[in-house]
Amino acid sequence: MGEMRGFLRSDGRKGIRNVIVVAYLVECAHHVARRIVTLSDDMDVHLIGFPGCYPNSYAFQIMTKLCTHPNVGGVLLVSLGCESFNREALRQAVAASGRPVETLVIQQAGGTRATIEAGREAVGRLKAIAGQTPVAPMARHELVVGTICGGSDGTSGITANPAVGRCFDWLVEAGATCIFEETGELVGCERIMSDRAVTPELGAEIEACVQKAERYYTIMGFGSFAPGNAEGGLTTQEEKSMGAYSKSGSSPITGLIKPGDIPPSGGLYLMDVVPDGEPRFGFPNISDNAEIVELIASGSHVILFTTGRGSVVGSAISPVIKVCANPETYTRLADDMDVNAGRVLEGKATLDEVGAEILGLVEAAAAGNRTVSEALGHQEFILTYKSFEPVGPACLPTRAA
Amino acid sequence: MSTPISPLILLHPDDNVLVVRAAIRAGDALDIDGTPVTAAQDVTVGHKLARRALAAGDKVLKYGAPIGSMTAAVDVGGHVHMHNMKSDYIASHTRQVVGGSEGGH
Repeated sequence: MGEMRGFLRSDGRKGIRNVIVVAYLVECAHHVARRIVTLSDDMDVHLIGFPGCYPNSYAFQIMTKLCTHPNVGGVLLVSLGCESFNREALRQAVAASGRPVETLVIQQAGGTRATIEAGREAVGRLKAIAGQTPVAPMARHELVVGTICGGSDGTSGITANPAVGRCFDWLVEAGATCIFEETGELVGCERIMSDRAVTPELGAEIEACVQKAERYYTIMGFGSFAPGNAEGGLTTQEEKSMGAYSKSGSSPITGLIKPGDIPPSGGLYLMDVVPDGEPRFGFPNISDNAEIVELIASGSHVILFTTGRGSVVGSAISPVIKVCANPETYTRLADDMDVNAGRVLEGKATLDEVGAEILGLVEAAAAGNRTVSEALGHQEFILTYKSFEPVGPACLPTRAA
Repeated sequence: MSTPISPLILLHPDDNVLVVRAAIRAGDALDIDGTPVTAAQDVTVGHKLARRALAAGDKVLKYGAPIGSMTAAVDVGGHVHMHNMKSDYIASHTRQVVGGSEGGH
């Protein structure tokens, strides 16, 4: 394995990839954008986008944060022309970040064929400019790592999740930024969690955001609990929560952020993914990739994805490392997994050993090695409507101080 | 062939359930805190067995924390899952909730 290195961006952040994103700004431009990406036939040209025609400030904020993410080296915006997405404001934000950006408007470019052709040429130009980005050595404290669990079962909370927790503890100790999330999957843990907050005021904010999640999910009629969770031995939301919670490790909780907020310093952050106000747009996160996108929008270079039942997903923009909790699942899906944490159940490895293996893979990814899902070409992406209020001053005590 | 390690693990001393770490077959001889128990059914990895007899209304403890309540009694070594346990927060759902195969609505 080589040394960690980063593509140096104008805001001082470093990226571990130098991806060109092709972003459709409404579903009507999706096909054209996808063809541009497919015909580019390049592992570092990724497709992202927002399907809606109605404006949404959350979606605009997330798209902006993604297009200016440290792992992104250049951006091609693909617009149909009549949608309400503010393509010019997004273009200006990307240009202000020092990245090359081009916009194609299908209605002005001559339709599908002409836009695809123009898009392929644009990707070539963007790649050439992005290829000149300076590369600098990267240290552990510069890493931003997010974690999520998906397809959880009764083994997730015993093997993969606490192993990720160990990795998080070591990263936080080294000054890195770690983000865990899904307050709906922390229902039942709010007291224990608030005790770990660096200030009592932050603790109160954490309890309030879990209560908000519980209320929101109750109105939706379903907890964050899928049938596969039950088949895998989990019985209740709070049982799943206790297992999910162990991903956070044992560091103090430094702050509470919302999707797209960039943590102001190193430490452990909880991301509140449940919208504010009365439920308006449906389920908070319709599938795991919706959460992964939010973790990336808040700056995550790498995502640690723990799974018991066996998820196969990756993501656009940031590599996903898959940590398999269940040894039987690992046997079935070994080609999709980076880590076999199920060895802990078989008495073949300790949590510390698996945690160290995960940390090693984070550093390998930051040295340029492809993760398993990345090498398989997984680049899932989903972004839907939401609405949030900004976090209150108690949520980021280190910044306030 | 004997199992090299116990198929059950205790996550926290306060817990009243054990977690299955290697699949159990009906008829297997289990040792639960020194009590010999014969497994009544197949139970797959990740599921829970009662560490002691539990009554309806008892809190279920795992990781040393309450994870729900019993809705029916269970004997030592019995399977603890959706048929005899519920959330104290939000009801869990199965695939049959929508487009169910139960032959009705």
